[in-house]
Amino acid sequence: MSTRLPVPDRTRALERRGHPVVRVASLVTLVLLWELVTGTGWVQPLFLPSPLDVLGTGFEMLRSGELVGHVITSLRRIVLGFGLGALLGVAVGLAVGFWSLAEAVGNPLIAATFPIPKIALLPLLILWVGIGEASKVAVIMLGVFFPMAINTFAGVRTADPLLIRAAVSFGAGRWSLIRKVLLPSALPMIFAGLRLGAGTALLLLVAAEMIAANSGIGALVLNAQNLMETTKLMVGIVLLSLLGICSHWLLARLERLALPWRSHS
Amino acid sequence: MRVVVDHVSKTYTDRRGHSVPALHDVSLTVESEEFLALLGPSGCGKSTLLNLVAGLTAPSAGGVHLEGEPARGRSATAMVFQEFALFPWRTVQANVEFGLEEAGLGASERARRARAHIQLTGLAGFESKYPHQLSGGMRQRVGIARALAVDPAVLLMDEPFSALDAQTRQLMQEELLAIWERTRKTIVYVTHNIHEAVFMADRVVVLSRRPGRVLTMIPVALGRPRTEAMLGEPAFLAAVDRIWSLIRSQAQAALREGEA
Ligand SMILES: Nc1ncnc2c1ncn2[C@@H]1O[C@H](COP(=O)(O)OP(=O)(O)OP(=O)(O)O)[C@@H](O)[C@H]1O
Ligand SMILES: [Mg+2]
Repeated sequence: MSTRLPVPDRTRALERRGHPVVRVASLVTLVLLWELVTGTGWVQPLFLPSPLDVLGTGFEMLRSGELVGHVITSLRRIVLGFGLGALLGVAVGLAVGFWSLAEAVGNPLIAATFPIPKIALLPLLILWVGIGEASKVAVIMLGVFFPMAINTFAGVRTADPLLIRAAVSFGAGRWSLIRKVLLPSALPMIFAGLRLGAGTALLLLVAAEMIAANSGIGALVLNAQNLMETTKLMVGIVLLSLLGICSHWLLARLERLALPWRSHS
Repeated sequence: MRVVVDHVSKTYTDRRGHSVPALHDVSLTVESEEFLALLGPSGCGKSTLLNLVAGLTAPSAGGVHLEGEPARGRSATAMVFQEFALFPWRTVQANVEFGLEEAGLGASERARRARAHIQLTGLAGFESKYPHQLSGGMRQRVGIARALAVDPAVLLMDEPFSALDAQTRQLMQEELLAIWERTRKTIVYVTHNIHEAVFMADRVVVLSRRPGRVLTMIPVALGRPRTEAMLGEPAFLAAVDRIWSLIRSQAQAALREGEA
């Protein structure tokens, strides 16, 4: 007597589904809870204004042009600092990963300076380049540089020696090797570094703007706190959250564009 | 071009500092435009020997040189890797173009030659696919196309058809022989397969188990061009038998060593 045994798909438990409804619902729930505790007067608006008030104030600030100035100033700082830091980090990471001499020079320097919390360097940077834009851009740049350099280096070191030999066997010189084998090999690590760096950049932006600026989102938040304008303060915080979400989304898009061979479909 | 391997030994040092002798005092000459097959048990140093000829690793003793004027615009050696070694971030087309880029060819010439070799290896229609989207046999053919495209004076092939089914393999063997007749290359062809070695080559070099030494060199007394019909000829069978009896004892010893 033979019995029919259905063969189950044993990989099903491992499947990671998107759950799009839950994703939206969890965010909506947070906002609803926020509205609930503030709208009922359970929490004083001075400590936490309601989301509707925050939205309204946000629109008002947008109309008056107050918001645009802060946002543009902050964006300029973060884009410049992040861009320069990332470029420099990748360049140094590639060089240190490729030339053993560069590694001998660079690695101890990086190891010695990496642990310094970059915000501690802001006063020094202000002394060097003034209290203007340059010091804020510089501190963000420094903060992004380190994770980028370290990740790029690690990525280059994990490049498959077989692919390096294949490239060399077809006559690839140093420059070709770096550009066509080491850089693409390091790209996944570079993107991991970019995501790390984006978080660091946002943190340093706000810190620098709170310490030494009269415009930018960080300055907006600090001023609002000084004037007990909690609604404005919350506008700044929501803005920062949006900035974080946008940068994350942008990087994910960029990664999919730059790493088409990794799409698992 | 001639390839001269002169008293070459190669010893690897593993991470714990133990030395692993891979080749011991190997001397052989591959004549210009010759098709030479390298045969030997697994781990005997065949890939190592090809890497030495390609300049991808240095001999511990002895020397390797190429003799003859390489034609202008033609690279000296190109390698078909046992593990394919395709660039995962490049499409089939871009992988095949790699060597042509390094040779400094213009974009349109690169595209033309790559397309021709993609066609030749039966990969037409897959130009824009990435290696991870291909089957094992298709990946192997990309590696072959990449090496053929640069039209090297010396073609080094490390078990190039190992991932192909028997029918495709037979067709690719004939295609390779036709290319060889047409372009007059020197070919060093590594294989595990005695029939394949005898069918393709002018001479078959049999290596001993590790550390590899040259056991014998057997000339194949078959005419050219080779056809499938020759697989039954007495000269073919005699050569296969001779090599098999030689290799059998080596393979058995290598296997026992692996168990120990
Ligand atoms: N990079 C390396 N480091 C240490 N040992 C190595 C290295 N490469 C190869 N070997 C050793 O050298 C010997 C010869 O290796 P090789 O790859 O040349 O063999 P092969 O004849 O190509 O084998 P197969 O037919 O299985 O491909 C093997 O015993 C292997 O363990
Ligand atoms: Mg091998």
